[in-house]
Amino acid sequence: MTVSVDTERTVRLTVNGVPREATVPARRLLSDALRHDLGLTGTHVGCEHGVCGACTVLVDGEPVRSCLVLAVQVDGASVTTVEGLAREDHQGGQVLHPVQEAFRECHALQCGFCTPGFLVTIAAGLEARDAAEEITEAEVDDLVGGNLCRCTGYANIKKAVRHAAATMRDGAA
Amino acid sequence: MTTKLFGEPVRRREDARLITGRGRYLDDIGAGALAAAFVRSPHAHARIVDVDVDAALDVEGLVAIYTYEDLTGPLAEPLPVLIPHPQLTAPRTGYPLANGEVNHVGEPVVMVVATDRYVAEDAAERIAVTYEELPAVVGVDAAREARACVHEEIPDNVAARHHQETGDVEPALAVSPHTLSFTQYVERSAGMPLEGKGVHARWDADDRSLRVHTSTQASTSVRAAIAAKLQLSLDQVEVVAPDVGGGFGVKIVHPWPEELLVPMAAIALGREVKWTEDRREHFISSAHERQQRQEVSVGFDDDGRITALDVHVWHDHGAYTPYGIIVPIITATQLVGPYVIPVYRVVVESVYTNTVIVTPYRGAGRPQGCFAMERTMDRIADALGLDRAVVRERNLIQPSQFPYDHHLTFQDGRPVVYDSGDYPALLEKLKALVGWDGIDALRDDAEARGKLLGVGMALYVEGTGPGPYEGGHVQVLGSGKVLVSTGLTTQGQGHETSFAQIVSSELGVPIADVEVTTGDTRRFPYAVGTFASRAAVMSGNAIALAARGVRDKALRIAADVLEADPGDLEIADGVVQVKGTPGASIPLRTVAVLSNPLRYAFDEAAKQATQFAVQASNDQPPVTPGDAPGLEHRDYYSPIRSTFASGAHAAIVEIDPQTWEIDVVNYAVVHDCGNVVNPMIVEGQVHGGVAQGVGGALYERMAYDADGQLQNASFMDFLMPYASEVPDIVIDHQQTPSPLNPLGIKGAGEAGVIPGSAALASAIEDAVGRRITSMPISPTELYDLMRSETAERTAASGRRTGVGA
Repeated sequence: MTVSVDTERTVRLTVNGVPREATVPARRLLSDALRHDLGLTGTHVGCEHGVCGACTVLVDGEPVRSCLVLAVQVDGASVTTVEGLAREDHQGGQVLHPVQEAFRECHALQCGFCTPGFLVTIAAGLEARDAAEEITEAEVDDLVGGNLCRCTGYANIKKAVRHAAATMRDGAA
Repeated sequence: MTTKLFGEPVRRREDARLITGRGRYLDDIGAGALAAAFVRSPHAHARIVDVDVDAALDVEGLVAIYTYEDLTGPLAEPLPVLIPHPQLTAPRTGYPLANGEVNHVGEPVVMVVATDRYVAEDAAERIAVTYEELPAVVGVDAAREARACVHEEIPDNVAARHHQETGDVEPALAVSPHTLSFTQYVERSAGMPLEGKGVHARWDADDRSLRVHTSTQASTSVRAAIAAKLQLSLDQVEVVAPDVGGGFGVKIVHPWPEELLVPMAAIALGREVKWTEDRREHFISSAHERQQRQEVSVGFDDDGRITALDVHVWHDHGAYTPYGIIVPIITATQLVGPYVIPVYRVVVESVYTNTVIVTPYRGAGRPQGCFAMERTMDRIADALGLDRAVVRERNLIQPSQFPYDHHLTFQDGRPVVYDSGDYPALLEKLKALVGWDGIDALRDDAEARGKLLGVGMALYVEGTGPGPYEGGHVQVLGSGKVLVSTGLTTQGQGHETSFAQIVSSELGVPIADVEVTTGDTRRFPYAVGTFASRAAVMSGNAIALAARGVRDKALRIAADVLEADPGDLEIADGVVQVKGTPGASIPLRTVAVLSNPLRYAFDEAAKQATQFAVQASNDQPPVTPGDAPGLEHRDYYSPIRSTFASGAHAAIVEIDPQTWEIDVVNYAVVHDCGNVVNPMIVEGQVHGGVAQGVGGALYERMAYDADGQLQNASFMDFLMPYASEVPDIVIDHQQTPSPLNPLGIKGAGEAGVIPGSAALASAIEDAVGRRITSMPISPTELYDLMRSETAERTAASGRRTGVGA
C-alpha cells in the first residue's frame, strides 16, 4: 500500500500586486509555498514556530507569521513579501521603501536573514500610523519588539525605525 | 581626488540585495532538489539494536534511505579530529550516521531522501529504531564524578588534561601575604544563528564534478574533507558558501555529517539533494559552548597585586571532540587578560558528557576565562576593602611593557605575546564613560525608588587573527572592474564592504568598481576560515598586499606607456597619471588591457593589446620573463603570531527586590581593535556581541535534564534577547595599531560578547551583596540566593550597611 497524505489544492493569491496561482498539498505552509512554489525566497524561515518573525509577510496588509499559516488558508488574499516593499517609478526603476533605505543607512542588518521579517513588520507599522506625528520610543519598541535578530543587538534597527519615520514625516509634510 | 575609504563608515554594499529579498541563502538554492531529512537519536546514550525501515518504503515520493551500513570507505570511519593536540589523549568523534551507538540526543542515525522535505519527514517518522538505553552523563560535575562514562574505554570521561604553567605556583601561593580559593560555574549557551546549517549538492555525471553549497565558515576545508571522505580528487569538488545567515562559530565545525551525506546521496542518485536544518535539529545536533566548572586559587599582597594564580577548570565538551581542545586552550591562555600574573598555572580537564558537542561560539572560551579572572579581581577587592577599579589598575600591564610575553602557548601554537595596547587608558575611559566614581549617588537615588543598584566592570584581552594564513586575489579587468576574492567566508560581517574599502584605498579605484567574492573555492582555493576575529586581520591584509602588487604592476606598465618613472606616477579614481602633470595619464582599465598581450581582438578595448597594435621591442618577448599576463596579483598574509585586541565593559544594574528582575540600565564599552577599516561595521559588531553577552549572562542556557534531554530546544523556551532585553550601549574607542600587520588592525568580531557575564555578575553582586558564583542568573535564582541562609555575603555589603561581613 502506498502511503500518501497529500491532498492537493489550487490556491489563488495576489502576491506583491501580481495574481499568482499554486497547486500545493493542503498541508503546505504559506512560508514554503511562497519560497518553494512561487520562488519568492526573500521570506526566510528561522524557527518554524512563530517566535523569531523572520518569515513575517503581510496578508491583506497585516503582519502574519507565514510559518504558522497554511497556504490554503490565504486563498484569495493579498500577500506582500519583502520583494514587494519597493515600488517601481515611472521609468521602471526601483524606489525602495523608506524603511529599506533606513536599514541600509543605519547599518540595521548584518547577516540579513532576519531582515525581511523586520522590514515588512516595520513597514506595515509605519504605514498604519499618522506619518505627520513624531514617532515615540514606545512605538519604536513596539515595532521591533516581536522579532529576533542575533547579529545587531537591535540598536541600529531601532535607529532605522526612527530614521524611516522621519523620512516619511518629511514626505507627509 | 583620491579615494581613501579606509577608516570611513562606508554604507554596506551587500545590503542592496539583502533588503530587497535578493540574498541567496542555502535554502534559496536548488529549487528542484530532492530533500533530505534525518532520523535522530531520541536518547542521550544508547546502543542501537535494530533499524527497521520497512514501514517507510511505501511512502510515495521516497527516493532513498541510508543507514551506517550504506557507508563505504572513509565515510564509514569516524569523522575527523580536526585539530589534534598532544594533550588530547583520548579524542573521539562520531560517524556520519551512528554506528551501533548514540552518545547524545540528536545524533543522526538514518538519512531519508525524498521528493520534498514534507515527504522525507513522513518517511523518517515511519522508521523504527530499537535502542538499548545506557546511563547518561550530563553536566560537568557528573562527568567529573564518572559514575558512568560516555565512551566505554574512557572510564574517567577525560579527553584531555591541558596544562600550562609559568612558574612554581604552590610555593608562590604559600608565601603570598593573602590567598583566596573559590569555585564557580558558567552554563551552556549557543551561537544560535537565525539561519541553521544547510547543504546542497549537485553532481555532474558527465564531467564527474561535484558542486556543494553549504552554510559554512570554512568552505575550503569542507572541500578537502568531502574530497577525502568521498574519495574524489580535489579538482572534482567545488564548495561555495552562499549568503550565510549568521555563524557565531557553530559553522566553523566541519565536515558536519550532512556535509558528507548530502553529496554522497547526490552522487549516488544523480540528482540534486538538499538538506536544510530546522530549528530543533539545530538545538540538538549542532554545537553549544561555555559550560565550565572553575576552581581558582589566588595569592596577592596588601595592595591587591596578584602574586600567584592557580586555576583548575573542568570543561564540558559534549559527546565528541571534533574541534580538539581549542576552547580549553583559549580559556587557559586568555584568562590572564590585561594583567601581570607573576606565576600562573592552569589545568583544563576536558570531559565527555552525553550532550551536543561543544565547539567555539563567539568568544570561544574567552568569556569563561574573563569570568575567572575578573571575578578574581572582584574577590581581591572585596577581601581588602579596595575599589574594584583600583585593584585592576594596580595589576595592569603598562604601555611600556609591550611586547608583553605571558610565557604561554596560544591556540595557534604560537606564544602569547601581546603586540600593543594601552590598558590603563582603557580603564580610565571606562570609568569616565560609566561614571564609576559617582556610583554612590546613583545607588542612593535607586534606593529611594525602592531599587537595588550595582555596578560592575570587566576587562579583557583577545587574541585575534591567528594564522596560519589567508590569501587575496585582485584583478583589474579591461572594463575597469576590479575583482577581489579571498577564500575566507562571510556570515554578515560586511566583508564585501570592508575588503572593497581596502582595495579602493590601496589601488586608488572607485569602490563602485570593486567586486568582492568570499568563501568560493572556485575563486580562491587556499584559505583557513572565519573564526577568532580573524577576517579583517588575515584576509584584509592579504587583500591589501594583493592590491599593492597590482598597483606596482600597473605603475610599471603605465610608466612604459607614459614614458615616466614609476615613482612619479599615482593612481586616483582608476586613472594612472604623472603627478602634477594633468593630461599625462592612462586609465587603469587600459593598463589592464595592455597587461595581456593578445593575438585575437574580441572587442574594441582588446584591439589595443593585439600584436600589430603594440609598439614593442623586438629584443624582448611580449611577456617579460618572470612576469605574467594580466593586471592581477595574488598574495598571502601569514602572521608571526596573533594580534591582541582589548577592551573594557561596565554595567549598571537595577534590581527590583520584589520580583528580583535584573534591569541593565547602563552598559558602557571601551574598545580597542587597532586601526579600524569601517567604524560603522565595528560598532555593529560590538552591539551584537554585547547583546549575546547580556543574553548569556541573564537569559540563555541549555536546560538539559538528568537523562540528557534538552528541555528548551525551541525559541519559545531558549530565551534569546529580543530588543526589550538589550540595554542601550555607550561606546568609546581607542586605537593602538598592531605592529604585526601592514594595516595595523586587530580583530573585532567577538570582543563584544567576552566580558558580559563577568561584568554583570560583578554588578549584580554589588547590588545585592551576595556572592554570585554561577552564570547565567535568572530572577528566580537570584530570589533563591537572597533567601538562602548559606549564601555568602560580600564584605563590601557588610561595610556599606555597617554589618560585619
